[in-house]
Amino acid sequence: MYDLNFFLQQLSNGLTRGSIYALIALGYTMVYGVMKLINFAHGELFTLGAFFGYTLLVSLGLAGSLGPPMAIGISMIMVLGLVALAGHLLERVAYRPLRHSDRLAAVVSALGASIFLQNAIMLKWGAQYRAYGADLLPNVVFRIGDFNLPLVRLLVFAAAIVVMAFLHAFIHRTRLGLAIRASAIDQGAAKLMGIDVRKVIALVFVIGPALGGLAGLLVGLYYGQINYNMGQIYGLKAFTAAIIGGIGNITGAMVGGLLLGLLEALGEGYVSVAWKDALTFVVLIMILVFRPTGLLPERVAEKL
Amino acid sequence: MSQGNAKNHNGPSGGLGAGPGAAANGERGYLAGGLTGLGLLAFAFLPLLLNAFAQNSAPYWLDVINTVGLYTILALSLNVILGFAGMFHMGHAAFFAIGAYSTAILNLDYGWSIMATMPVAAVAAGVVALVLAWPIIHLRGDYLLIVTIGIVEIVRIALTNNVFGLTGGSNGLVGIARPSVFGFRIVQPQHFFYFIWAVVALTLLLFHWLENSRFGRALKFIKEDTIAAENMGVNTSRYKLMAFVVGAAWAGLAGTIFACRMRTISPESFVFSESVLLFTIVILGGKGNQKGVLLGSFLVMGLPEFFRGFEDKRLLVFGAALVVMMIFRPQGLLPSKPSRYKLPEGWDDRLPGPGSPGPPTPGQKP
Repeated sequence: MYDLNFFLQQLSNGLTRGSIYALIALGYTMVYGVMKLINFAHGELFTLGAFFGYTLLVSLGLAGSLGPPMAIGISMIMVLGLVALAGHLLERVAYRPLRHSDRLAAVVSALGASIFLQNAIMLKWGAQYRAYGADLLPNVVFRIGDFNLPLVRLLVFAAAIVVMAFLHAFIHRTRLGLAIRASAIDQGAAKLMGIDVRKVIALVFVIGPALGGLAGLLVGLYYGQINYNMGQIYGLKAFTAAIIGGIGNITGAMVGGLLLGLLEALGEGYVSVAWKDALTFVVLIMILVFRPTGLLPERVAEKL
Repeated sequence: MSQGNAKNHNGPSGGLGAGPGAAANGERGYLAGGLTGLGLLAFAFLPLLLNAFAQNSAPYWLDVINTVGLYTILALSLNVILGFAGMFHMGHAAFFAIGAYSTAILNLDYGWSIMATMPVAAVAAGVVALVLAWPIIHLRGDYLLIVTIGIVEIVRIALTNNVFGLTGGSNGLVGIARPSVFGFRIVQPQHFFYFIWAVVALTLLLFHWLENSRFGRALKFIKEDTIAAENMGVNTSRYKLMAFVVGAAWAGLAGTIFACRMRTISPESFVFSESVLLFTIVILGGKGNQKGVLLGSFLVMGLPEFFRGFEDKRLLVFGAALVVMMIFRPQGLLPSKPSRYKLPEGWDDRLPGPGSPGPPTPGQKP
């Protein structure tokens, strides 16, 4: 059972799952980098993306009327836009008024926003699982020797990687990206250099949620079903990924996500399915105890 | 549900009234003290009053009040960690769970009586807290927050996976016995009312004393300025660890009460959102202030019961209320006041000039 094929299967599953974690982790890490705030509502924005995708593809039947490739492309773009808008509203309502109050108040406000959004999603779409439908994507499986690679796995992974490549270029090649990185390293110094930190905060609250929302849509496509409270566990795991990569570090979040996905898939395959979530949190605690700046520290961190 | 049963328990209620009322008298006027006393007296007879005026719904409302009491005990124990010491701890349900499961396992598998398991539950939760918190106690703010969330998740997963074959998996443990105190079996809601609220009173007194002890003052100092405390010779890690263990042990004790009240426990009762609830009770009420925490648990656990008709929208409103509250009153409803100390006679003569601010009082905000 534990042959090369099995290993490759777990590897590809892990990378795909990890790419989803990475997408969500980016939102956490960018917001934390600039605001030093754990955006507890980020997991719910991810769920929101999954349900927007559900409404577009299934309820409105875009998949039927436009054909799967077109429908999925359009839904991705719409989900990016809609969840970005939701993220922006969240920032204006729940976080902007608290910018100058203490950390704890912001944490509790984030928790409140998370509870609010989760229940709003439940009231809107119901508490039961929602299925994306098996016929959404053609059930194509690529075979390389004994190794099977389903199309959906490849597609989800590719989508996540392409988006992250764009983000990476944006962060490292543009002036706005530079502003985000500078604000993450030292907000005060960034202000003195003429960076409008308020705009940077507004920007990360648009980009982060958009990516998280896209991840929600991808989870719907990959696993086929979604639930109103799935954001909680995905959020915790993605946050773990962000910490593995060194919180505030954008490249780190991508690498951390992929690593966590691999770790989980391999743990699930070789150790125990029931304990895989515990494994994630044990790793989280180990990293914070022994290497609190994460595996890819970008700078000397003094946050601990 | 007979009146006779309730009457048997007027005894302990007298003890309940004496505690917090006496503590309040020193600071306030006699009128306020009297009113507080009257309120407490009325509260002590609540089961009788409910029976007299709301015969049908009395057991239901007593259950609500008992739940509020249980959460008060839990929130007060979290308050030691979060309010006194200022550590962001969002995994309190883990220690609550360890207490509840200790009681259940000792009672079901080894036939211990409930009251005998209570100290063991507290010690078990305290020891686990000590072992888990040892390596992480130095973590600051958000990092501690996320690690404690990790802990509560690991504990939940361990319970669900029937760890050591003891916890019964996701079905949990069923058929836990009722406690008996001095030979009196606690069964009915009104029995639990006196049992739980006596523990609440004990908790209030104990932690009030703790707050004003050397230990409590050290914690406050650490909360206000860890580095300054360290420089003044306060062993910050040791005090933080002690606060963590005390809070966790008391949550374990609350676990015993929960286990024997519900008679069935399962991992669902100890999830992350439970920890969040406790966290918000402490913050909403006013972290560090025990009266605030008491008020917080009435608001968070009791108030929603009046809106049962809107069952599905209660959490929606709760979430929104948290955001609004943090925007307009981030310090909580009843924030803790800076400590006051009586200065010796003629203390200002020794200072250089008139109008000097006087010696700095520890615990005072700059």
